[in-house]
Amino acid sequence: MLKITNLNVYYGGIHALSDVNIEVNEGEIVTLVGANGAGKTSTLRAISGLVSPASGSIEFEGKDLIKTPSHKIPYLGISHVPEGRRIFANMSVAENLQLGAYCRNDKEEIAKDYDAVFTKFPRLKERLRQRAGTLSGGEQQMLAMGRALMSRPKIMLLDEPSMGLAPIIVKEIFSIIQSINQSGTTVLLVEQNANMALSIANRAYVIETGRITLEGRASDLLTDESVKKAYLGG
Amino acid sequence: MTLVEFLQQLINGLSLGSVYALIALGYTMVYGIIGLINFAHCDIYMVGAYIGFFVSTDLHLPFVPTLIVAMLGSAIAGVLVERFAYKPLLRKASSISLLITAMGVSLLLENGFNAVFGGSPRSYPHNILTQKSISLGPVRTDSLHLIILLTSVVLMVLLQIVIYKTKIGKAMRATSADKDAAALMGINVNATISATFAIGSALAGAAGVLVGILYNSIDPYMGIQPGIKAFTAAVFGGIGMIPGAFLGGLILGVIETFVTAWYSPLSGAIGFIVLIVILIIKPSGLLGKKVSEKV
Repeated sequence: MLKITNLNVYYGGIHALSDVNIEVNEGEIVTLVGANGAGKTSTLRAISGLVSPASGSIEFEGKDLIKTPSHKIPYLGISHVPEGRRIFANMSVAENLQLGAYCRNDKEEIAKDYDAVFTKFPRLKERLRQRAGTLSGGEQQMLAMGRALMSRPKIMLLDEPSMGLAPIIVKEIFSIIQSINQSGTTVLLVEQNANMALSIANRAYVIETGRITLEGRASDLLTDESVKKAYLGG
Repeated sequence: MTLVEFLQQLINGLSLGSVYALIALGYTMVYGIIGLINFAHCDIYMVGAYIGFFVSTDLHLPFVPTLIVAMLGSAIAGVLVERFAYKPLLRKASSISLLITAMGVSLLLENGFNAVFGGSPRSYPHNILTQKSISLGPVRTDSLHLIILLTSVVLMVLLQIVIYKTKIGKAMRATSADKDAAALMGINVNATISATFAIGSALAGAAGVLVGILYNSIDPYMGIQPGIKAFTAAVFGGIGMIPGAFLGGLILGVIETFVTAWYSPLSGAIGFIVLIVILIIKPSGLLGKKVSEKV
């Protein structure tokens, strides 16, 4: 479904991604784990067209994403929940969700998805008219995910959904990610919290200073000695 | 000052203020979306006044069509400035280079118009709007001030509808909040920035026509004074906040009118005195607020 081949990204003189190869198949949860600054966010930003790669290719259902301007990418069925959530703080929860459906015109189906978001995130319904900036961190993450669902994506890119959240909220968020996947959305999940990410993913990639150093079944990586040492706390 | 005089001055003040507000909206919208103080904005107001002058003089168009043509022409002028002068620098150059570019565009427009059309003032045809004295009970005012006030209010209501009820308005607000996040929603950020310039410039163009008719005199440098006042109004209301520009413009116009009636040598300075006081008491402006965001 999504195929990244030999991707290279530079920020000025810094080689942020070197020859990254990642493949995501339909229906999977694939996770990309690694430390701060390893290139996880850059990978997602390259998929969404927010950074332009120096070389390599990114294909989604056979379409070349590198030649597609960033604002056209949501129309293809790719939805990106960015690092730090990036909700529109000064707008209401309802307006944030409406913006999630910006790339769609089918009013009736949008209304259905709007209700579906509230079944997944009942807490958002209570806060519908509230300014999004006043929500708690966990609620903001839920809003960012709800907003992404409003585009009815084929694949959802999630960037550090656990960042800054209490363990109990992280658990809730991850079980929602699983349920999103079960209802048919492919997931590419970027995480520092390798333990959580590997426990829900089908396959995983480990990225270190811009290179993929390891890949395989998530359950295998969870027991891999080097992964344990580096990312799972022994 | 009697109550009747007070009401008369209030109408004059509101109509002057509504013109400031129309210009201030463009400053504040552009600042909100790309963080630039667009110094050329006051010259778009002048361009609007000239377009209005030519279509009403040469094509003998009546008031409303003149206003519409001038707004469209100013919108195009504003977008051209954005596309050719600012867009190549956006995201690449520092904000100070953008600011200097804006000043350059401003000088280019002023002196370009001076070179092409000459510096001598021109006046709108007398029959475009006839000045009638109108009595509202004991309060006497003239039709021009009322028409200006009414036109400005209609335009500002339209702007509110565009910004809060339409898709392009939502795109504008999202883009001004977070360009990357807006792009992730499928919003074409560049097109949205251009639309913002177009709308702000159209409002300034309308103000140009209204002032051209009211004072019956336009020249290539007519934008400088009201431009500074409108910019003051925008900062006064809280730069980047659309209701702030609206409110700031009206308050500035009213204060200026009353102070002029009381002691005219102060009229030019009073706006800035008020601005300084407000910024000392509330540095983000009347409606400006610090956005608290959780990360």
